Amino acid sequence: MSQIEGTVDNPKRALREQDRSMPDKENRAIFAVNAQRRKLKEQVFYYLIFLATLSALFVLVYLIGSIFSDGWPYLNWDFLTNFPSRFPAKAGFKSAIYGTAWLGCLTLFFSVLFGVGSAVYLQELSAKGRLSSGIELSIATLAGVPSIIYGMLGLGIFVRFLALGRSVLAGALTLSLLILPVIIIASREALKSVPDSIRMGAFALGATRWQTVRDHVLPAAIPGIATGVILAMARSIGEAAPLILLGALTYIAFVPESVFDSFTAMPIQIFNWASRPQAQFHDLAAAGIIVLLGFLLICNSAAIILRSRWRAK
Amino acid sequence: MVNSHSSSILETRNLNIYYGEKKVIRNVSLKVPKRTVTAMIGPSGCGKSTLLRTFNRMNDFIDIFRFEGEVLFEGTDIYRSKTDVTEFRRRVGMVFQKPNPFTSSIAKNITWGPQINGYRGDLNELVESSLRKAALWDEVKDKLNDSGLALSGGQQQRLCIARAIAMDPEVILMDEPCSALDPQSTLAIEDLIHELKQNYTIVIVTHNMQQAARVSEFTAFLYNGDLIEFDETSKIFSHPAEKLTRDYIVGRFG
Ligand SMILES: Nc1ncnc2c1ncn2[C@@H]1O[C@H](COP(=O)(O)OP(=O)(O)OP(=O)(O)O)[C@@H](O)[C@H]1O
Ligand SMILES: [Mg+2]
Repeated sequence: MSQIEGTVDNPKRALREQDRSMPDKENRAIFAVNAQRRKLKEQVFYYLIFLATLSALFVLVYLIGSIFSDGWPYLNWDFLTNFPSRFPAKAGFKSAIYGTAWLGCLTLFFSVLFGVGSAVYLQELSAKGRLSSGIELSIATLAGVPSIIYGMLGLGIFVRFLALGRSVLAGALTLSLLILPVIIIASREALKSVPDSIRMGAFALGATRWQTVRDHVLPAAIPGIATGVILAMARSIGEAAPLILLGALTYIAFVPESVFDSFTAMPIQIFNWASRPQAQFHDLAAAGIIVLLGFLLICNSAAIILRSRWRAK
Repeated sequence: MVNSHSSSILETRNLNIYYGEKKVIRNVSLKVPKRTVTAMIGPSGCGKSTLLRTFNRMNDFIDIFRFEGEVLFEGTDIYRSKTDVTEFRRRVGMVFQKPNPFTSSIAKNITWGPQINGYRGDLNELVESSLRKAALWDEVKDKLNDSGLALSGGQQQRLCIARAIAMDPEVILMDEPCSALDPQSTLAIEDLIHELKQNYTIVIVTHNMQQAARVSEFTAFLYNGDLIEFDETSKIFSHPAEKLTRDYIVGRFG
């Protein structure tokens, strides 16, 4: 009641305060009921989410299981070292493996060069303004464009306009374009998370922006950038659609010797085998998928090991 | 007021500073005498760090920063001179409130600044002499290749001071360099400041009255963006001209 005494000089306010204190008890009761209901809700959600995870896991295990049971018998040295053939027994994956290796190396080179370069420019060097926020928005949008559109772009620009033909170079440039937005976004986030105190320390020594970025900010951001690059590369290695649109060949009995040679790639070869009527080719496709998965696994583990080494340093 | 006109190294003339619409420094004119320690005191938010950062143009990195007036270094207006701003930053070093060594090795922390500025001398010698001046050599001489982050907070701060010294600047700006440190490291750094003032001009921001009294020859008292009083430290602490200064020093507010 002392509360009301203190405000008698303002009776209206005293009343209001009283009003407010009245429903307090009811509120408390409601809270109590709420707590029980919330507990129930939480449990329901917990089981729903658990079920969702379980079913996703089940589908994954089933897929991998069926792929292994189909493909495993075909997975031998001949499969890895033979060129594709009309006869399933003689058909191999060699040109696809080489093609993907070529594509992977070139794509890594171009996308890191241009992706990390753009990220550094946008995040560290350029003036922040309307232009840069416009660019930011378009990059975020580009990250969501379907890969087949990039295939059309690559066909128009690299294959036809720059006359690179259906070469492994044109394919790699197209894939680089495809993953560039993801790499730029991830690299910018990594740069953003480097504390400003490091930059200020460097600037206070008379460093230019570029010297500061090169020697302190970029090295500190490498682990984050590497994560983005790994994820993006994994995506590019599995892409078939843009390469098919580009006109990559599906039947190739040689390996590329230069960046201007034509090529095939693992996902294309897999797609080709899977779309044939004979069941044996379907099993070959399964074997190809196993190789592709193994390839991704090796690349990712290597990258993760490199990254943790860097971090430890 | 201080009238050693010829020997002042840093000077502000009618300086107003704004962050966006907010005015945080009001018409401050101040001359920092050469080869002395000048302390800046005042309640939190009164603009000490802001004023300090104008001396090496570190405010440039704050988008909404705006100013009127002049800031002179050795008689040159550093905001309007054609000389590159990095040149002024090389000659006016800074030590930050929170130690911020580079993640690279202790030695590299020292050599990086001189190297990017085209230093031609012996780097090993530079590392040793800078660390000695910063009273850190004995503690780290056996682990020069360890990361700068592997040191204690007080050691990190002395490494940052060594890093600033290695540039052979004319002025060292320190923004509450001891606020993150224990009493022992604080004393080590105060001793260091005494050593350094033989060769350098030091401007130090501090919240610690005793520290200001111990280390400085001159003291500037700022209050809410105004320079209330600037005089010899002994005078400020014994016979301040302004009542506000006296109230602040005896701890009546702030
Ligand atoms: N980057 C900024 N953007 C906007 N306002 C700022 C910025 N930095 C400081 N200010 C404002 O400017 C005023 C002066 O800040 P300043 O950091 O110079 O105070 P200070 O005297 O150093 O305080 P402290 O003793 O707490 O460090 C404060 O009101 C603060 O809110
Ligand atoms: Mg401050």
